[in-house]
Amino acid sequence: MLKRTTYLSHSYGKPDAHTLGNYEAHGGYRAARMVLSTMTRERAIDEMKAAHVRGRGGAGFDCGTKWSFMPKESGKPHYLVVNADEGEPGTFKDRTIMEQNPHALVEGCIIGAFAIGAHAAYIYVRDELHLSKERLWGAIREAKERGYLGRNPFGTSYSMEVYVHTGAGAYICGEETALLNSLEGRRGEPRLKPPFPAQVGAFGCPTTVNNVETIAIAPTVFTMGGDNFSKLSALHDWNDGGARLFGVSGHVKNPGIYECAVGLTLRELIYDLGGGILGDGQLLAVIPGGSSCPVHRADEIVDVPNNEKFAPYHGKSFLDLPLGVDTFRGAGSMLGTCCAIVLSDKADPVLALHNVMRFYRHESCGQCTPCREGCGWIERILDKIVQGQGTVEELNQIHEIGSNITGNTICAFGDGAAQPALSFVRKFRAELLDYIQTGGSHQTRSLTV
Amino acid sequence: MTFALSAEQESKFQEILARYPNKMAACIPALHLCQEANENWVSEEVIAFVASRLELSTAHVTGVATFYHLFNREKPGKHQVWVCHTLSCALRGADTVLKHCEKRLGIHVGETTKDGKITLRTAECLASCGSAPMMQVDKVYHENLTLADVDRILDGLQKD
Repeated sequence: MLKRTTYLSHSYGKPDAHTLGNYEAHGGYRAARMVLSTMTRERAIDEMKAAHVRGRGGAGFDCGTKWSFMPKESGKPHYLVVNADEGEPGTFKDRTIMEQNPHALVEGCIIGAFAIGAHAAYIYVRDELHLSKERLWGAIREAKERGYLGRNPFGTSYSMEVYVHTGAGAYICGEETALLNSLEGRRGEPRLKPPFPAQVGAFGCPTTVNNVETIAIAPTVFTMGGDNFSKLSALHDWNDGGARLFGVSGHVKNPGIYECAVGLTLRELIYDLGGGILGDGQLLAVIPGGSSCPVHRADEIVDVPNNEKFAPYHGKSFLDLPLGVDTFRGAGSMLGTCCAIVLSDKADPVLALHNVMRFYRHESCGQCTPCREGCGWIERILDKIVQGQGTVEELNQIHEIGSNITGNTICAFGDGAAQPALSFVRKFRAELLDYIQTGGSHQTRSLTV
Repeated sequence: MTFALSAEQESKFQEILARYPNKMAACIPALHLCQEANENWVSEEVIAFVASRLELSTAHVTGVATFYHLFNREKPGKHQVWVCHTLSCALRGADTVLKHCEKRLGIHVGETTKDGKITLRTAECLASCGSAPMMQVDKVYHENLTLADVDRILDGLQKD
């Protein structure tokens, strides 16, 4: 169901969108003031739970529940860490918040930190996003001058500091424990879990790591009330609440970020918001939420029999399944970051897979053998296939390598690399075989349209 | 040659230290600061400097500096150009942009022009997928690129 909203994007495109004046003219900082002056930690967590904000970074974990994992009294400082290492191919939503609505993130940090008993928040921004860092530091400075941060925010005694920390170019630092290592000044290699960050996170202290958008929507949640926010969503009954940013890129006429109530479908995202397929081709396939998600062909149907919740969707086009964490998981896919990559049938899916697997080989941190070696093997096999020198045996090996990476690594990067490989080789076997048998003579051999 | 910070850079260094509960956490921002103060690269002198100021081993700082792509272990050109070539950009013509840059500059990806002005690199997803193709020049994003835009941008860098 297509329902546009503007909670985060109300000022996108306006020259003063990032300023405190504009943010306050839209009701900014009232929610943080209310939370710090009138609420307890427990009450704040309950409100967030009622909103059913599913983590916007890709994993879709319920934000209020994550906050509730933080210990009550640990005798140590607590930290809120915001994951702004946006780098998942196809994903470009958090950057719009940091550049055009940075105060929503700063206000969200105040609320989130309060709810988990923290007095400091670190926003981990990838180094390349120079404008985002500048806007965030600017927003922090403005908020500080107004007395919203510091020793006595809003006149309360709950001290609060927000800092920007920068990475230095490593996709893996978007993995939360790699991010924590990077924040601590180490190599960004993921940690074994347990212990989970809520017990041993940043600097050995209890820590919650949340995505930018998850935190930036918190002021809206507390302004509207959690239950009201949740009910904006067509998937309220699936505990997937509110509104969020949807992105679409690749072969659509109007790529971009669109804020909508949860429950939007891929068909609406591609055709109504994205303006349809670029050029004179038809939709070939779509990767729903960043390149770590499985690819879906245009003609796929939802196949979930004997499940009452899926009754409205079973047997229908995958493009008409509402974009939700559990709708997609239940249908054997993954929602990811809700930023879809669209491929026209004038483009070559084998080259698309080759491009994606080069990315994972390049970004594997090298810590776990299945991922380090497996990503390299898959890329090398594809190198041969696209040059017309691959064999059927090698193509079949991709299935084996992908399956051996899945579940056998410290972090989820391995699964995220295997998922596109496995889904492409299953769904585009004919095209891959054509490369092996005829050098791809029936393919377009181009990624552009 | 020993590496040192100017007074202004030194105050930035102190500002960085104040953000964290320990010195090690300042490692990456300190390397950024020093890299910028050292013609955009992390030399052995920079590593020794950061290690001594943060009370870390040079092995630790070397480990960090070699893990992250954006720390240059060799001096790059005066300007650095990164063309994003990940899927969303590739679907909108990143390959044409990249080949055009190579031809125009007379170098391959990873190389620096003879006059030392421009280093050309590829980048993995820079979170600009909706405005593809794109490239980053030093700290600035150039989006929705046409080849005419690329010419104009490279011209500007070559004249600088």
